[in-house]
Amino acid sequence: MTKQHENHRDMNFSHTVLKQSGGSTLLGYIGIDTIIEQMRKKTMKTGFDFNIMVVGPSGLGKSTLVNTLFKSQVSRKSAGWSRDEKIPKTVEIKSVSHVIEEGGVKMKLTVVDTPGFGDQINNDNCWEPISKYINEQFEKFLKEEVNITRKKRIPDTRVHCCLYFIPPTGHSLRQLDVEFMKRLSHSVNIIPVIAKSDTMTVEERQEFKQRVRKELEMNGIEFYPQKEFDDDIEDKSDNDKIREMMPFAVVGSDKEYQVNGKRVLGRKTAWGIIEVENPNHCEFAQLRDFLIRSHLQDLKEVTHNIHYETYRAKRLNDNGGLHPITSNDTQESNL
Amino acid sequence: MGQQKNLDGYVGFASLPNQVYRKSVKRGFEFTLMVVGESGLGKSTLINSLFLTDLYSTEYPGPSHRIKKTVQVEQSKVLIKEGGVQLLLTIVDTPGFGDAVDNSNCWQPIIDHIDSKFEDYLNSESRVNRRQMPDSRIHCCLYFIAPSGHGLKPLDIEFMKRLHEKVNVIPLIAKADTLTPEECQQFKKQIMREIQEHKIKIYEFPETDDEEENRLVKKIKDKLPLAVVGSNTIIEVNGKRVRGRQYPWGVAEVENSDHCDFTILRDMLIRTHMQDLKDVTNNVHYENYRSRKLAAVTYNGVDNNKAKGQLSTNMDTVDGMSPLAQMEEERREHVAKMKKMEMEMEQVFEMKVKEKVQKLKDSEAELQRRHEQMKKNLEAQHKELEEKRRVFEDERSNWELQQRLEQQKMEASRTLEKNKKKGKIF
Repeated sequence: MTKQHENHRDMNFSHTVLKQSGGSTLLGYIGIDTIIEQMRKKTMKTGFDFNIMVVGPSGLGKSTLVNTLFKSQVSRKSAGWSRDEKIPKTVEIKSVSHVIEEGGVKMKLTVVDTPGFGDQINNDNCWEPISKYINEQFEKFLKEEVNITRKKRIPDTRVHCCLYFIPPTGHSLRQLDVEFMKRLSHSVNIIPVIAKSDTMTVEERQEFKQRVRKELEMNGIEFYPQKEFDDDIEDKSDNDKIREMMPFAVVGSDKEYQVNGKRVLGRKTAWGIIEVENPNHCEFAQLRDFLIRSHLQDLKEVTHNIHYETYRAKRLNDNGGLHPITSNDTQESNL
Repeated sequence: MGQQKNLDGYVGFASLPNQVYRKSVKRGFEFTLMVVGESGLGKSTLINSLFLTDLYSTEYPGPSHRIKKTVQVEQSKVLIKEGGVQLLLTIVDTPGFGDAVDNSNCWQPIIDHIDSKFEDYLNSESRVNRRQMPDSRIHCCLYFIAPSGHGLKPLDIEFMKRLHEKVNVIPLIAKADTLTPEECQQFKKQIMREIQEHKIKIYEFPETDDEEENRLVKKIKDKLPLAVVGSNTIIEVNGKRVRGRQYPWGVAEVENSDHCDFTILRDMLIRTHMQDLKDVTNNVHYENYRSRKLAAVTYNGVDNNKAKGQLSTNMDTVDGMSPLAQMEEERREHVAKMKKMEMEMEQVFEMKVKEKVQKLKDSEAELQRRHEQMKKNLEAQHKELEEKRRVFEDERSNWELQQRLEQQKMEASRTLEKNKKKGKIF
């Protein structure tokens, strides 16, 4: 958003000289670059959707982190502090939607939680309900797209980003982590996150991160930002820097404490206060900036242009054309 | 029992405890501790901290550094000495527990191990010669609960339910520096509630007659399960050197009772309740096992007589006969085995002898052959030499002949000369 503001300011003071592909130079100021401003106005009016999924065994602070990320009570547990909720017997998918507004921009945020993942004694195939859910959302979107009379704005329930919570064992990835990420990195953007990182000292954290990165590489798991989708050198260098820091070691909290006269979000222990937004304490601030302030739109684009297109191509190839839609409308597909 | 009588003078048996003490110190003590929990919960670090030794160091990394596909049970022994008292400490570790995707029955190897130790003890008790009775039974099992802050996981509940009647289970909250004090309180309450709900019998601290001790025991009971932090790195805090973990926001001290319950665990485990743990293991858990095992025997013994005494294939099981009969059986089997072994050995011996004889014969033949070969060589050489000599002789005689011829020629020429000199040649 800030970038666009700056452009807006510059727009009125300079003559832009563009060399088009045809090779003609402009003789005066036309105003093509106001398109950015027009887009911005449109976006503000219509708002946009963002769907984030959190996956990980219970007790890793998933709901707390989501609350901290969006600075409001948006998680499944926002209804009340339900600590004594029983662990469900199978993996459930629960999604909660909120509309949050900032600076005139409305965002419909949906948080999809997966209680029961990795909590059972036998966790075979616990990733299947999640995979099914993601594909269902793609299917919904596809159905809307192939309709003859389409809605003006197709409601986008596809999962744009999946935060996978790695327990801070300090040793290496567990088999369950590797299995899940291997199977889902091709249908959704996975961002691995080290949960409850206040368990580890700074050295332990660095070692653990290196080991996790090596294991991810060894298993061929492409987490977001994927190397193959870097558009140009600038993107690549930015993303390389981010990839070096991943997985982010985070701490979440929704309680505020007084530190040096400032009120900060943190956790108070007998030996000190852990500040969530202090980059020396944990990497929450980097995760937030990465997720929301710089790559939010990119996450949506990659989901739409790559993951969704992969699903669509596979669907159309497998069935040799879509089956007629079995919903209420009796229209045939015109593919 | 008889009535209590008062003594009129000093007899001196008040020194009995001292005698027992001196004897025990000479004998030394044994203690076996088992640690169970998912990998990465700090089990090895805690053991190192508790006993202030590096049982798991960088040269011999703990089981968690080696990837395991199935649950293993590993033992490490260490002999510690303090103040003249020797302690043979055995740590039983269970790497791989709870680490797979499918953890059904991951407790089975552990149960089998505990049972096998009980069985060893039972067998050594039933032996005729009982001089050496090493006690390798598991006296205490520390179960590590991950600090999720929510409650027990299904795996935790299953495990504790299956083991609480076989061994003293002491649940611990691992890596307790993850939790704030309030979270820790909540978590502990939740765990205790669930333990009661599932009727899990964790190790209970015994009540004593001593008021002072009872107060301590009550304090411990309130803090169950103990939340521990392990570390052996020494950090300077306010001029003091303490063991702890250094974070950017502070130092979590291991031995500070405000920070975690490590000191309580250590005191309880080593300083006050070690003997009680051993007693409970012996009197309760072991007796349970023994009565179950022997009850099964006598029950089966009746049936077995009807079935004409079928032999059990495994010599170790007690199924099928009463202990005495089993001993007879064992003896007979032992004798039979001995005989068989003897026969086998004889066979092997004969075979070996035959082989050796064969080998010797072979080498003899070989030698003979070589001898022949050599002789032939020698003869050939001899002949060659003869040849050479003949040639040489021939040459010599030739040469001599030539010499003589020369000589004759010379003589002839000399006489000619002489004749010339002597008289004019006409």
